[in-house]
Amino acid sequence: MARFQGLDFYSIDQSLSPDERQVRDLVRDWVTNEVLPGIEQHAREGTFPLHLIPKMGEELGLFGSNFNDYGCAGLSAIAYGLIMQELERGDSGLRSFASVQGSLVMYPIREFGSEAQKERWLPLLRRGAAIGCFGLTEPDHGSDPGGMETRAVRTDRGWLLSGTKMWITNGSIADVAVVWARTEDGIRGFLVERGTPGFTTSDVKRKFSLRASVTSELSFQDCEVPADSILSKTTGLKNPLMCLNQARYGIAWGAIGAAQACYDAALRYTLARTQFGKPLAAFQLVQNKLCQMVTEITKAQLLALQLGRLKDQGQAKPALVSLAKRNNVAIALDIARTARDMLGANGITDEYPVGRHMVNLESVSTYEGTHDIHALIVGHAVTGIEAFA
Amino acid sequence: MVKRGAGSGLFVLAVRTGAAIPCPESGQAVDSSAGDRSLGLNIAVLVKQVPSSEARIKVAADGRSIDPTDVEYVINPYDEYAIEAALQVKEKFGGEVVAIALGPQRVEEALRTCLALGADRAVSLRDSSFGDPALLERSSLARARVLAAAVRKLGSEVVFAGKVSIDEDNSATGVQVAELLGWPHVSVATRLEWVDAAHAKVSREIEGASEELEVALPALLTANKGLNEPRYPSLKGIMAAKKKPMDTWDAAALELDQAAVGAGAGRISIRSLEPPPARTAGQIWTGDAREMVTKVVAALKNDRKLI
Ligand SMILES: Cc1cc2nc3c(=O)[nH]c(=O)nc-3n(C[C@H](O)[C@H](O)[C@H](O)COP(=O)(O)OP(=O)(O)OC[C@H]3O[C@@H](n4cnc5c(N)ncnc54)[C@H](O)[C@@H]3O)c2cc1C
Repeated sequence: MARFQGLDFYSIDQSLSPDERQVRDLVRDWVTNEVLPGIEQHAREGTFPLHLIPKMGEELGLFGSNFNDYGCAGLSAIAYGLIMQELERGDSGLRSFASVQGSLVMYPIREFGSEAQKERWLPLLRRGAAIGCFGLTEPDHGSDPGGMETRAVRTDRGWLLSGTKMWITNGSIADVAVVWARTEDGIRGFLVERGTPGFTTSDVKRKFSLRASVTSELSFQDCEVPADSILSKTTGLKNPLMCLNQARYGIAWGAIGAAQACYDAALRYTLARTQFGKPLAAFQLVQNKLCQMVTEITKAQLLALQLGRLKDQGQAKPALVSLAKRNNVAIALDIARTARDMLGANGITDEYPVGRHMVNLESVSTYEGTHDIHALIVGHAVTGIEAFA
Repeated sequence: MVKRGAGSGLFVLAVRTGAAIPCPESGQAVDSSAGDRSLGLNIAVLVKQVPSSEARIKVAADGRSIDPTDVEYVINPYDEYAIEAALQVKEKFGGEVVAIALGPQRVEEALRTCLALGADRAVSLRDSSFGDPALLERSSLARARVLAAAVRKLGSEVVFAGKVSIDEDNSATGVQVAELLGWPHVSVATRLEWVDAAHAKVSREIEGASEELEVALPALLTANKGLNEPRYPSLKGIMAAKKKPMDTWDAAALELDQAAVGAGAGRISIRSLEPPPARTAGQIWTGDAREMVTKVVAALKNDRKLI
């Protein structure tokens, strides 16, 4: 199978190191060969392609590949971002899985966990032998997680958890959940294992977006977890926000992948389809749309690249990540909608990937901080005035 | 020695090699003893970079080569099976896999992939004196001389190559290297089973039958599709590859004579290259089934005189 030719209008490839390009091409080819052939079927049936987990984990080593210990590959932030881009060219659900596993589960265990927690979970999570999920959002607290109602109370043997988490990616397939709960000393993280009495999950059904991804509700009713399940270095809301900052960085890259898939479909389609005696691509209005797509993808690539460089220098401040997540998802969504239009009636079938990306990106725009919440974060950074409440 | 297997349609060919066989071209003796097996095998794989099958090929200004601008180069697909076979034999008996590629600097990208897959080191064969690079690329004999010299320098005991490179379709280089080394070869291998670290059973598909051969090392095998399932490199492999050695050997390093590999060394020369003729537009017949059939039959009969 021929390699997908990503848009590189500004020769950004030149700024990548040989191993970054190699990583990108590896995942690009893997997605073409192993993901694309079955992904529409999974989206249609509302199932996650579970068989890809060992391949992403054991075989390729994609999970936590930006960490340099516990058997992880130690990639640069840019190489890690390129992986997210390529996964999301396949499907936002696949990228979501990798984001959750790496940035929202491995990252907090590595940052805030005990040596025993790291030794136990990181190798399993890296290989995909264990699946993780991240429970922050609740039915009544989304953009405002600081208002969470889930509580953890000390007992003789450990902690008693009670509350509900909602919209949790991988919830019902996870072996371990990173759960954030209010305690006497503020918000803290806990590792809750599947099968712990009092911990149940149920899936969100009838989604029209991220269909090839599991989204669940987690319920904790007098769920007692041992004392050593707390992430002992967590102290407050800033800890889950640190995790989100990692994942949002990946989304800024991932969105470019979805945008590229839509642009590629629109370009091919309008070159091949004839109306009024010439290819659609020969009409000025169509070229203007293609030009707009190329412009926005190129800008998004440059943002992501510079953000990656800053991240490797430890300078990717949260507001910078917010700006890139917000912009790149918004332009991807816009490109997906335009591509849908350019494909005419064919754009509404799953013969083409465009409709799937379009509806997926609606979730991506909402989760990990909505489009507007990121505007408030950037707004706070430039004005010094908080406008959240 | 060729024996026909009793009624099975299988051929068994046992190939024996002496302790030292004079190399036909250099006269230099090639050590073909099995070597110290406790150190594992000394394995080499020959890798070529070819334009991807999607690439739009344009003839260069010289009219004899292809214009490499905007052409995406990939590892020759059959070489991927060769690389996998080399890695598998190393995993079985230990040793070292060296990936060898001949060509301009861009082949180092292919070599880096080999290192990421698990090869231990890589050798890039590049020298301005390797004649007109386009010609060297196209003359399999000149190319085989350079590759054979590299294998000799490495002291390899088993060499893998693809059965054919998809750009030229000559199926020549691998077997020429074996000839130049004075080694046995098995081409178009579809199955490989190691008896021990010095003997392998190899199957190849021939017209209406499958041929089974046993070969003693040193030997060269060319891989066919189906020989194995090539692995993907892992990300850790890609990172580890950055620390693995990649050497560049020129004609002097290989002790090669200009006359053997320089310009004009090939036994063939390319006079000109031409793209295939542009396809003419197809013809579309319309109407109901009966009308269309009548029109097609009439066209085949009268216009094309085919029936
Ligand atoms: C498919 C999917 C997967 C998810 N996976 C996870 C997961 O794994 N883990 C997890 O913890 N969560 C997950 N989420 C939840 C997600 O992070 C939240 O949906 C998101 O934070 C928004 O919260 P909400 O849905 O409650 O919307 P709300 O916060 O109610 O927002 C609704 C609207 O109001 C706007 N709004 C809210 N506050 C303000 C304000 N102050 N000023 C102006 N506008 C405002 C928002 O921008 C939005 O437009 C997932 C969501 C989806 C859809």
